[in-house]
Amino acid sequence: MKKIEILGIGCSKCVKTEEEVRKAAVNLGWKENEDFILEKVTKPDQIAARGVLMTPGVVMDGKVVCTGRIPREPEIITWLTS
Amino acid sequence: MNPFYPVKLFAEWVTYTLLGLQDGALLAVAVDFFVFDTIKILILLTVIIFTVSIIRSFLPAEKVRDILARHNRYFGFILAGLLGIVTPFCSCSAIPLFLGFIEAGIPLGVTFSFLVSSPMINEVALVLLLGLFGWKIALLYIGSGLVIAILSGIIIGAMRVENLVADFAFQTKAKVSFHGVEMQWKDRLEFARDYTQEILKKVWIYVIAGIGVGAWIHGYIPTDFLAQYAGADKWYGVLVATLIGIPLYSNAAGVIPLVSALTEKGVAMGTTLAFMMAVTGLSLPEFMILKNVMKTRLILIFAGVVGIGIIFTGYMFNLVLK
Repeated sequence: MKKIEILGIGCSKCVKTEEEVRKAAVNLGWKENEDFILEKVTKPDQIAARGVLMTPGVVMDGKVVCTGRIPREPEIITWLTS
Repeated sequence: MNPFYPVKLFAEWVTYTLLGLQDGALLAVAVDFFVFDTIKILILLTVIIFTVSIIRSFLPAEKVRDILARHNRYFGFILAGLLGIVTPFCSCSAIPLFLGFIEAGIPLGVTFSFLVSSPMINEVALVLLLGLFGWKIALLYIGSGLVIAILSGIIIGAMRVENLVADFAFQTKAKVSFHGVEMQWKDRLEFARDYTQEILKKVWIYVIAGIGVGAWIHGYIPTDFLAQYAGADKWYGVLVATLIGIPLYSNAAGVIPLVSALTEKGVAMGTTLAFMMAVTGLSLPEFMILKNVMKTRLILIFAGVVGIGIIFTGYMFNLVLK
């Protein structure tokens, strides 16, 4: 099971990032809470603790894969499947 | 040759041939001005923001942090000011950014230099200054913005205000060391394209509205009309301009075209520059967000130091630029 964290205080970009990531996972045929879990990290100190300065950020299984922008579906799929 | 010559021809064609307006009529002048400036600014925005985004894809905030953490205090202020120019942050990133800088051991003063320069010298403001005022004023804006950022950082740093920062800021420890994601050229181009689109989508309406009102002022208000209210000899001009600028944050796109028209009608250049710096550099929403990590007193010191810097710059240019 893949653990995905979306880092962001809650601005529109973070919401969009969460939607994009969920959509990409569902398009792969993954089921939430079975194949992947999606968590939102909204506390600034917890975002900083992951070494990220620019939100939105995406963390997969503890590894930061994207910061400061909304990712696109093809790249999300490579992160999910790698 | 002026690269915008074809745009000028197009604007004239729209005004005199397509709309059939009479040469020299006030309406014709306003329409010509509006069509020319709108197209020119939109082209400049696209080209410059795309270019800056490519540069930025090499300098994610995490890399900026690593660079600043490696350099000594004095060079750090200058570097923070310079890096702030190419690294904008949206106000929702202000806190993670602040915490991350402190956590990496970057001095508070250097962090503030970055927090001043990044929003004040932003690419949208620069494009508009370049397009509407020319490169001299654009350079003057960058130069004085940098000086204000560097000096504000040095002053705040010397004030030893660490006790006014929330305690948890110094306790945050990054569990993961992360130095930015390496991007491929394909990703950089996509990032630049997306970012340019995003900015254009956000500002085009303000740009058009600002230039529209500006065109009307250009055509209908007599030259020097405003000199009696906001000329260089009016001592309160810069002060009032700075105060008005504070709540106008994020509308630089609409404010600058308007201000360019006002300058033409007699508002002093220093007053104009102070106003634009206040619009971009003193942001209420950013202050509200930073309240989560620092005491109100520190925010007041921050705003005060930057505000005084802006006002001083305004008066100086009113004296120097005649």
